[in-house]
Amino acid sequence: MAESASQETPPPGLTGVISDWSSDQTTFKGAGWGKPMMWLFILSDIFIFGMFLLGYMVARLSTPDPWPDPAEVFALTMFGVQIPLLLIAIMTFILISSSGTMALAVKYGYERNRKVCGRLILATAALGAIFLGMQAFEWWILISDGVRPWGNPWGAAQFGATFFLITGFHGTHVTIGVILLLYMYRKVMRGDLEEGRPGAITGRKGRWEMVEIAGLYWHFVDLVWVFIFAFFYLW
Amino acid sequence: MAELGHDATSHAPPREMPEMELPHGHSFWTTYVFSQDAKTIAIQYSVTAISVGLLAMVLSILIRLQLGFPNTFSLIDPSAYLQYVTMHGMIMVVYLLTALFLGGFGNYFIPLMIGARDMAFPYLNMLSFWFYFVSVLVLIASFFVPGGPTGAGWTLYPPQLISEGTPGIHGGVILMMVSLGIFIVGFTMGGLNYIVTILQYRTRGMTLMRLPLTIWGIFLATMLALLAFPALLVAALMVLLDHLAGTSFFMPAMFSMGEQLPHEGGSPLLFQHLFWFFGHPEVYIVALPAFGVVSDILATHARRNIFGYRMMVWALVAIGGLSFVVWAHHMYVSGMNPYFGFLFATTTLIIAVPTAIKVYNWVLTLWHGNIRLTVPMLFAIGFIFTFINGGMSGLFLGNVALDVPLADTYFVVGHFHMVMAVAPVMTIYAAIYHWYPKITGRMLHEGMGKIHFWVTFIGAYSIFYPMHYLGLMGVPRRYFAWGETAPFIGDDVVMLNAVISIAAIAVAAAQLLFIYNLIRSRKHGEEAGPNPWQATTLEWQTEHTPPTHGNFGKELPVVYRWAYDYSVPGTKYDYIPQNVPPEEVEMAEPAAGAAKT
Repeated sequence: MAESASQETPPPGLTGVISDWSSDQTTFKGAGWGKPMMWLFILSDIFIFGMFLLGYMVARLSTPDPWPDPAEVFALTMFGVQIPLLLIAIMTFILISSSGTMALAVKYGYERNRKVCGRLILATAALGAIFLGMQAFEWWILISDGVRPWGNPWGAAQFGATFFLITGFHGTHVTIGVILLLYMYRKVMRGDLEEGRPGAITGRKGRWEMVEIAGLYWHFVDLVWVFIFAFFYLW
Repeated sequence: MAELGHDATSHAPPREMPEMELPHGHSFWTTYVFSQDAKTIAIQYSVTAISVGLLAMVLSILIRLQLGFPNTFSLIDPSAYLQYVTMHGMIMVVYLLTALFLGGFGNYFIPLMIGARDMAFPYLNMLSFWFYFVSVLVLIASFFVPGGPTGAGWTLYPPQLISEGTPGIHGGVILMMVSLGIFIVGFTMGGLNYIVTILQYRTRGMTLMRLPLTIWGIFLATMLALLAFPALLVAALMVLLDHLAGTSFFMPAMFSMGEQLPHEGGSPLLFQHLFWFFGHPEVYIVALPAFGVVSDILATHARRNIFGYRMMVWALVAIGGLSFVVWAHHMYVSGMNPYFGFLFATTTLIIAVPTAIKVYNWVLTLWHGNIRLTVPMLFAIGFIFTFINGGMSGLFLGNVALDVPLADTYFVVGHFHMVMAVAPVMTIYAAIYHWYPKITGRMLHEGMGKIHFWVTFIGAYSIFYPMHYLGLMGVPRRYFAWGETAPFIGDDVVMLNAVISIAAIAVAAAQLLFIYNLIRSRKHGEEAGPNPWQATTLEWQTEHTPPTHGNFGKELPVVYRWAYDYSVPGTKYDYIPQNVPPEEVEMAEPAAGAAKT
């Protein structure tokens, strides 16, 4: 995004931070308004997921019933062999890979390489959609095993409740992300970002920064998954 | 005359951000209804918040009628009473105070005071109001569902919240939770805008340390809200699931009405932790903007710079930070580990330090000031009184040993009404009397304003002061009637309750006078001119009054000084607006024959 004023090179390190915060006009020099807004949203969302995971920990520690063993619950039987955490390992791999394609999309976006950027965004959305499909499959397995929000065959009822709530909430985030990315794909391929064409809903002019903002959200959703993975599948 | 005012420079750096895209309205709908002008959104927020606040005021009168004159009004049965208490609390805290301070004042003053044309993302801002509006409608709808609104108290503690026997467990609870969820989503949209606008759209010369304290208060309160509301959202979702999907997040195994409930293993304490992790910062979400607004009004009407500006800013930051580590002082009697009580009592009492700094600085701002006892000034001074009183009783409740006997008595009711109901409402009135001339171009009627102030101020004391006494007598809060304990309740308690109720009715009447004043002065008020209080901040220096879309004329103002250059020695007028460069400050004519010192 082209800023109107020429920026002096900021002093390095902590001195630079202090000089930015004590300056006039903008605190985050050259960052525009969209990126700080997404960072702030992410900060707020971290608190939501943090509360969810803390709630999960409290529920798990305070329930008197035994907690189901994740190694058995999330195992997948293939060719007669029970492999623990197989599905979830693949899901996690896919979601992390999608962060890679997203990072590349941002890079090609700033290089004004419209086609490659667009295709990488589409690839990211596709990986996200595959993740969602696999998550639906996992839910289906658990539901057919008899896991419900109010109980399950192996132990504490809170297992199903927290699992469906938290992975569901994360899945909603991924779904929103996929929709956002598809919308962004269309904008990129049509050249909205180069021409500064106003958006259909908000009327804001297109900017290449938008790809990075979508990317910030996507990376955040991936990062949250790492925590959910650790807390639900490895604990 | 080396220094003309504090922190003044004549240098203005070049612009960093490009001009904002301003989505102008093109029809009635896009100009007045789905407006993307922060000022219109602010007025929409304020009118909605004040309307729903009036509803909550009516509920409080109904509560008082029952308490003051029990067995007189057959309309109020125990269930209805609990529902009134619950809805009164929730509406006042969330839908009036939060929405008015941040959605109303935030939207109006942030762009104007920092010298921006609008919010960073006007579309999201517009959406924020409409989410709020829908959340209010959903909340009101709960009065009309079978069973009525929830009657579990505004703290909404499960398991009582969703157990048979509590009023409104069928539709009321669900609508309350949905409404809170919508409110939080809507608020987040607005809050992102407020923070980003303050950080990225200040005008040339406007450093963070030149911001008026109003903006600092709103900024930090919004930050608190963005981090605290998530806890409420999570709690609301879990309650909904417990209620609708049969999960047991908060519901332990229990018997209710002779039947075993299908829940087991949940933790009611978890809800309390989540609720108060939101609930305590919420107190400061309401208080910090009030602190800021009061600071600005005191400085303007005392014609004196705010005492210790930097201290005021850092005190706000400190209070904001501390507000996240004190929540469990609401839970001393909930059955936590006793060591927690010690920890949280300590952090709670530490908050007294930055708060005391603020109070001293307000009083020192008045010291030797050229005080003009205008209506906003009266309300601002009234705030200092009520806030000190409420804060003092907070020291009692913050101590575990004192809180245990006082918990759930009228002492608590008296305390929190003093500190987070009367004090912020005083500030809201001060702010409305102060800024109404900018918003409408006309002054509010001063005589009516003074009657409004005195009745409200004395009335508030007559209502909430005796409550401390009731609490020390052991009168429990939230009780509909004494029942079998009636013989143990002294005549003085009964009489005090009647007196409180009469005072409450008088105060309510005074608020109607205020509403009349608001409506009347819109057309018939005295012409205000652009800067009736001779204030220094940017909103008073606009080309038009009320400001048009885009706030300032062709050029955005440039800021050369802090917001508090009042009564600078040697200058002609007793205030220097922020956008006046040092070279253009008009000097006083030296008095004839005055000796040069």
